[in-house]
Amino acid sequence: MLSPARAWREYPQRYRLEASRCTECGKISYPPRVVCPGCRGRQFETVTLSREGTVVTFTVVHVPPAGFEGQAPLILALVELKEGARTMVQLADVPDPSQVRIGMPVRLEFRKIAEEGEAGTIFYGHKAVPA
Amino acid sequence: MKVGIIGYGAFIPRRRIKLEEIAAVWGADATSYKRGLQLHEKSVPGKDEDTITMSVEAARRAFLRSGGVEPERVGALYIGSESHPYAVKPSGTVVGEALGITPVAHVADLEFACKAGTEGMYLAHSLVKAGEVSYAMGIGADTSQGAPGDALEYSTAAGAAAFLFGADEDRILAEVVATYSWTTDTPDFWRRVHMHYPRHGSRFTGEPAYFRHITSSAKGIMERTGFEPKDFAHAVFHQPNGKFPIRVGKRLGFTMEQLETGWLSPWLGNTYSGASPMGLTAVLDIARPGQLILLTSFGSGAGSDSFVFRITDRLPEVQELAPITRVQLDNDKIYVSYGQYASLRGKIRMGE
Repeated sequence: MLSPARAWREYPQRYRLEASRCTECGKISYPPRVVCPGCRGRQFETVTLSREGTVVTFTVVHVPPAGFEGQAPLILALVELKEGARTMVQLADVPDPSQVRIGMPVRLEFRKIAEEGEAGTIFYGHKAVPA
Repeated sequence: MKVGIIGYGAFIPRRRIKLEEIAAVWGADATSYKRGLQLHEKSVPGKDEDTITMSVEAARRAFLRSGGVEPERVGALYIGSESHPYAVKPSGTVVGEALGITPVAHVADLEFACKAGTEGMYLAHSLVKAGEVSYAMGIGADTSQGAPGDALEYSTAAGAAAFLFGADEDRILAEVVATYSWTTDTPDFWRRVHMHYPRHGSRFTGEPAYFRHITSSAKGIMERTGFEPKDFAHAVFHQPNGKFPIRVGKRLGFTMEQLETGWLSPWLGNTYSGASPMGLTAVLDIARPGQLILLTSFGSGAGSDSFVFRITDRLPEVQELAPITRVQLDNDKIYVSYGQYASLRGKIRMGE
């Protein structure tokens, strides 16, 4: 489970989908990196990702981990956004996992991701939903 | 200086529950409920949807229709809801951070039963009019709950509407011609601290609360502006069920033709702070230049805010730039059973 402080540090990427574009080779990294995995460059500019993409691959978790118990079957998908950046997200609003297909268009929506019990903080971020 | 709505958007969760599904659990007569309340089904929030998430999505749609207003130029953000996820910690800070409105902004959460949404719109409009900020946003959103088996359980629904106000002549979609508020201390509906479900005064919620406040507020703004019901193309009233908004509209002298566009409740339910604001988004989706719109909310406790809007030539250019409210209401629905609904709404007592 996330700590409130760690979640707070990651708000730019979790809330606003801010990624880093390497000023040397142009590669977009999401979440943002300190060193570019493409050319080892260290200069970046911030770009905001679009919220449209496609499912690259996915898996269905029938016994979800702690904190996600009530969400079975939980669908995890690797989604490629329009800019080419890939992100692992939950696929929501799909009542039947057999409807999910590789290549299906999705869009990212702001959703509640997890909470630290009834008294703790609530973590927000993005999930993919059928476009 | 003209001030008006320069962007608007609505968000409706995909899940729905039919009224028959609820009635069957409590041995109630679905037919008489459907006839009495004029309700068919209502929206249900997913486990991962709340006032904050719906507000963010509705607000993003408002920005899509704003002609490129940059979020950091929005100087005030108000979220009206009676289902803020935290008792202490503002919804507005999360929404503002997600939208990119913070840190240089005045942000507050508002609460006034079902009229908290129009309160935010009222304040946002006033701050722009006063010249304090260039742009301000008011959002109404709720994931309200009725006690299991209570009449409210048939109507309490989820949804959000967001409105961006500004004074740029070339951006205004609907100019605010006038505002008016009418408020009294009327104990028709309440929820005490730490209570999970609200209580209400049954039939007392009708005449002395809903009807008295809405008719007083709507008549007040018409007297102030000199308009009559026939001058308006559309009128939207708070919609706690399907029946009340039509009854109050006809009592005030409006026709079904003027009322039906913004009348979402038979298939949406009562989205509380989102209710009349979402009706307004459905009207803005199809309104034409020059038309006058009347909006009157109602919040228990009790009060009614009224607005008169005049549609500008720009509105038709932006209507299709974000999801249409009726399209969201009528499509991509996921029907849930009462068991799934009880689980989603946290009505099942879980093991420690």
